[in-house]
Amino acid sequence: MLTHLQRLEAESIHIMREVVAECEKPVMLYSVGKDSAVMLHLAAKAFYPSKPPFPLLHVDTTWKFQAMYEMRERMARELGFDLIVYQNPEAKARGINPFDHGSLHTDMWKTEGLKQALDKYGFDAAFGGARRDEEKSRAKERVFSFRTAQHVWDPKNQRPELWKLYNARKQQGESLRVFPISNWTELDIWQYIHLENIPIVPLYYSAERPVVERDGTLIMVDDERMRLLPGETPMMRKVRFRTLGCYPLTGAVESEADTLPQIIQEMLLTTTSERQGRVIDHDQSASMEKKKREGYF
Amino acid sequence: MAHVSDLIATDIDAYLEQHQHKSLLRFITCGSVDDGKSTLIGRLLYDSKMIFEDQLAALEADSKKVGTQGGEIDFALLVDGLAAEREQGITIDVAYRFFSTDRRKFIVADTPGHEQYTRNMVTGASTADLAVILIDARKGVLTQTRRHSFLVSLIGIKNVVLAVNKMDLVGYDPKVFEAIVADYRAFAAEIGITDFLAIPISGLRGDNITSASDQTPWYGGPTLMQHLETVEIDEARLQAGPFRMPVQWVNRPNLDFRGFAGQVASGVVKPGDAVKVLPSGRETRVARIVTKDGDLGEAVAGQSVTLTLADEVDCSRGDVIAVAGQPPEVADQFETTVVWMAEEPLLPGRPYWLKVGARTVSATVTEPKYKINVNTLEKLAAKQLELNEIGVCNISLDRPIAFDPYEANHDLGGFILIDRITNATVGAGMIRFALRRSQNIHWQALDVTKATRSAAKGQRPAVLWFTGLSGSGKSTIANLVEKKLQASGRHTYILDGDNVRHGLNRDLGFTDADRVENIRRVGEVAKLMADAGLIVLVSFISPFRSERRLARDLMPEGEFLEVFVDTPLAVAEARDVKGLYKKARAGELKNFTGIDSPYEAPENPEIRVDTTAMSPAEAAELIVRMMDERAPDYSI
Repeated sequence: MLTHLQRLEAESIHIMREVVAECEKPVMLYSVGKDSAVMLHLAAKAFYPSKPPFPLLHVDTTWKFQAMYEMRERMARELGFDLIVYQNPEAKARGINPFDHGSLHTDMWKTEGLKQALDKYGFDAAFGGARRDEEKSRAKERVFSFRTAQHVWDPKNQRPELWKLYNARKQQGESLRVFPISNWTELDIWQYIHLENIPIVPLYYSAERPVVERDGTLIMVDDERMRLLPGETPMMRKVRFRTLGCYPLTGAVESEADTLPQIIQEMLLTTTSERQGRVIDHDQSASMEKKKREGYF
Repeated sequence: MAHVSDLIATDIDAYLEQHQHKSLLRFITCGSVDDGKSTLIGRLLYDSKMIFEDQLAALEADSKKVGTQGGEIDFALLVDGLAAEREQGITIDVAYRFFSTDRRKFIVADTPGHEQYTRNMVTGASTADLAVILIDARKGVLTQTRRHSFLVSLIGIKNVVLAVNKMDLVGYDPKVFEAIVADYRAFAAEIGITDFLAIPISGLRGDNITSASDQTPWYGGPTLMQHLETVEIDEARLQAGPFRMPVQWVNRPNLDFRGFAGQVASGVVKPGDAVKVLPSGRETRVARIVTKDGDLGEAVAGQSVTLTLADEVDCSRGDVIAVAGQPPEVADQFETTVVWMAEEPLLPGRPYWLKVGARTVSATVTEPKYKINVNTLEKLAAKQLELNEIGVCNISLDRPIAFDPYEANHDLGGFILIDRITNATVGAGMIRFALRRSQNIHWQALDVTKATRSAAKGQRPAVLWFTGLSGSGKSTIANLVEKKLQASGRHTYILDGDNVRHGLNRDLGFTDADRVENIRRVGEVAKLMADAGLIVLVSFISPFRSERRLARDLMPEGEFLEVFVDTPLAVAEARDVKGLYKKARAGELKNFTGIDSPYEAPENPEIRVDTTAMSPAEAAELIVRMMDERAPDYSI
């Protein structure tokens, strides 16, 4: 009898192989987080002994943690992926940043950046690491999510998915987002990382880090671009991160957990859901659905 | 996030060790909007401690704002997803939820109870090991209970739980429960559900969900959760079956390695096992089972692996590798059950893509033998299938495939149908059995061939397919073209829409389904005539792109020339040579192309003639010239 993790792994590998067999130019979106780490690991397994037959695409905001950039380079090198880093030139030219531009920061760097990158390289299928357990509207997302040539997601017009049969056919210009780890939960991800010894960004582990407390959230001072408010001075705290994104937008939690079992233990005993750490989701409960319609994952 | 376990706090390593070995059960819940389905799922999540404090706080706030429980916690709000649905208070799609206990991880497909959403329920059920059928204790077995049970049986779910809900509202009365169970048992036997477990529950109050209820001392069976944790999953049955693996992808990193990647659909495979590659039937042995973690000594149903074979046999995506002594059948015609999932009806004769396992082939569906009324289970005559209708149809493929009956193996017997124009998934189906005739009738290989017949006539055969509105001038122009060809010594024949309808197609009317069949027959006749070496001129309105494509696909590349006789509707209607437009406008003729039935103009015809800019003689001249230019072989 296969364990639940073996079944999830086999399903994800099956999905990745279907995409490679049926699409012309797939790409794997790489966010450098723990879900991405699992995706890379699965891709390496799915196509072994070949190296994965698609590149990695990092849609960069220029505001990620330094440790994430280091991890990105290391993983691409070790697993033999070609790495494409894309930064929206307009966001760059206008100096869009999380301090001055609020949600425009995410819209331009991530949402627009992703569309631009997919158009520029002509990718017809993009793997994403979204999971159905993350948010209510994602519970209904298909594994193969169909997008028009304008990258629009129409929740009323998605294809039924029966058995293991995925329909990847599409017209010129249309594209697919494919979510191979749809059926994994956060606990599955952590258990798999633990079992398979998958490298993750050290920021997930607790360490002394310079942070400031702002509106009840601990923000790490990751580089000299961090703007301190009057009266704020960075202080060293033993913290770690439950999710990773742009460092000025990502809340740290105080923690002693510096091994994987301790991280899992902390997660299991904690009482707030994972996405709380991401500032972009705080608006309203239907916000993710709106973002999806606009092309954000 | 997970259920509470003391081990988490005291010995996390022991906890992880325990939880690595959990199995996975996928199930669906079926019931109508009012049966308390969302409440039950919300309760399962809540009782297995899958809800965080922040979610609970949001739930409490939402319950006060839009809840239906008078300010008390409304568990249904936990599982309703898309914003529009939440406002309507109903779920309208398939949603997947996750929870786990010490023994198992669960994936629940939440499927709607609404009449028009058979499609969603079949989708959710297709991956489930078990179905929970909810009944409102106050209402008993309803039409929708029958419908859900029939679909569960159709999709082949072996484990059925009858959850008699809202027992609190009937005073936990055992007589009510027993009467419902007896009623259901009688009905279930009719549709082949011989075994099910009935549990009296209250999703709202939590009775017999995770712990046995004090209110039902007369019930001695397991709670819902106990049953979910211990019921046997399909995987065990699949592993005991014969080995099959559809090949998804051929892995060729270099000239020395050729691996066949796929997910084992049933059985067990070991290095050295004798296997067959189907449909070719070539035999060889498994050399290695390759994974990134090292070669395996065996692989079982459910695992994704890469096999290498001992011999250099032809094997590509879509082929099936199977145990040599017990291979699946190979056939190209089947009796199937089809569930239609698109707004556009299933049109018999129209070609669709059919995907089964890793293979996609061209398929045509015959007229349904019957459709099934899912409420009464009556078999009804049908010409086509509409959205959410289920019918038994024969399917014919353009080439043979390896398959197992759906009942024996879902991976090798379940298929989807894909529209060739929109690429939408429009239907799903299950292979019941292969039609005998496909195994016994083989295409006869003959010594006198199309090439020898064509050579005797000194021409290369072709099909000139004239399409355009009624009264556009198709027949007139086709006649002139034929005269010109005859004059230059060529052998021709005209198939005219009106004439064919007097004979071969006299049994067909003008519905969409009949139009498709009309074109299919004419396409086949044209093909036979071209095979005889003739140049065939087909003059048919043929309003649908997909049917013209069907005719085109019958012919070798370059032998099919689409001639678009382009006459605007206003012009054709003004001419109205046969007086048909007048009748159609008066409502005396139904389904008349251009008036109340669409005409889909060709996007890339080989030849287009604009009859407002040239005379029929000029058009004929142009067609013959372009035909000769495109393929000089046509001239003697």
